[in-house]
Amino acid sequence: MNVTLLDYGAGNVVSVQRALRRLDVESERATTPAQIAAASVLVLPGVGHYAALIRALDEQSLRTPLLDKINSGTPFLGICLGLQALFESSEEARDLPGLQLIPGSVTMLPASGKLPHMGWNTITPRCESRLLEGISQNDYFYFAHSYAVAMSAGGNADDVVATCHHAAEFIAILEHDNIFGVQFHPEKSGASGARLLANFLRLAA
Amino acid sequence: MSLAHRIIPCLDTDGSRVVKGVNFVGLRDAGDPATLAARYNSEGADELIVLDIAAARDRRPTFLETIQKVAAELAIPLSAGGGIRSLEDARSVIRAGADKVTVNTAAVERPALLSELSAEFGAQAVVLAIDAKFMEDHWDVMVRGGRDSAAMDAVSWARTGVARGAGEILVTSVDRDGTQRGFDIPLTVAITAAVNVPVIASGGAKLPEHFAEVFQQGRADAALAASIFHDGVQSIRGLKEFLRAQKVEVRYPC
Repeated sequence: MNVTLLDYGAGNVVSVQRALRRLDVESERATTPAQIAAASVLVLPGVGHYAALIRALDEQSLRTPLLDKINSGTPFLGICLGLQALFESSEEARDLPGLQLIPGSVTMLPASGKLPHMGWNTITPRCESRLLEGISQNDYFYFAHSYAVAMSAGGNADDVVATCHHAAEFIAILEHDNIFGVQFHPEKSGASGARLLANFLRLAA
Repeated sequence: MSLAHRIIPCLDTDGSRVVKGVNFVGLRDAGDPATLAARYNSEGADELIVLDIAAARDRRPTFLETIQKVAAELAIPLSAGGGIRSLEDARSVIRAGADKVTVNTAAVERPALLSELSAEFGAQAVVLAIDAKFMEDHWDVMVRGGRDSAAMDAVSWARTGVARGAGEILVTSVDRDGTQRGFDIPLTVAITAAVNVPVIASGGAKLPEHFAEVFQQGRADAALAASIFHDGVQSIRGLKEFLRAQKVEVRYPC
């Protein structure tokens, strides 16, 4: 299997590449529409500011090929910002539309908790999850973000397979047909993160 | 459940080798950074920090290579710092595989550096390291490896740093560093009360009780230590078992 990592200039592409290599899976970085069109499995490893990701998608003309690819059933995994980009919009940059594949919007976590929400947290499964096979409620994942999709924001709750709580309950894992998204960083989440990535790769195969 | 308290081993390097010494005097070799990183990754460390304490300009490429080798061993987050003075310096460190950059003296000299880094990489990637020394009625910010006073109040500097864009504070007690007498609890309390970002406490750790104290009384989000882990005086797994028994939430099993 060959995984295509959408490389819009964020820092963690190499980390994801290394995490995949530890699972004996090779990946290549895509920076052009043609490379995205040729992908059989897509991962969008976002980190940093929402605006940087959305602007890069539009400036490099990657939005349309990415949407075509996802709409045609190609397995897709969005990590952190890569999950947030699936929604309609984000409070972090209100004028920049998201990919609008999933209803709902990204908001800032309440300041009653420390921000960024940074460190290892557990997640609460809501239903059977293909990504969570072999992972228990006691397993921790590494989060590093200030924005998230709050459960109270509505959207299609059926797509939410796990939530996390930090001052508010928000989406930790989303599954919608061929679309998968995680708010945490599986590439930085030790053995539990590796298991989740392996589950995604098995589903994508 | 909530966020786990993080245990963070710190690798002080001269660019290529892990070194240790008190107050930068009489540095001794303490091992290969990548070898230690692999060990801590598998023993349950929650994050790793690698610092270039020499931060000599001409040895920069060596340190970037060290970051690459360390990052290759890790499935946990990595912070790197030492001598980061510009956006360009930070970019090279992040490209080498670090998830966060740690800045200290350069931010004191030019606080706008924090805003620049935060705008480019996000606040979650910017760690402001503060070396603090007690002076009669407050803590002074120390710079250049803890040698010189910046004549600034550490608590208000932490607040300013966060307002400028730092997403995390690493506070080291210069008074406790190297003493193995435990973390500076009043300093840690003062910093955690002043800011709404995660705080990493550093300086003085030896016993598992010191960690329980800094989490429960100091309200630190993470605690850092170096030589006790390098020397095998304290295993990370053993430390986490102790903390769990003390009802401190940690990532365990790991």
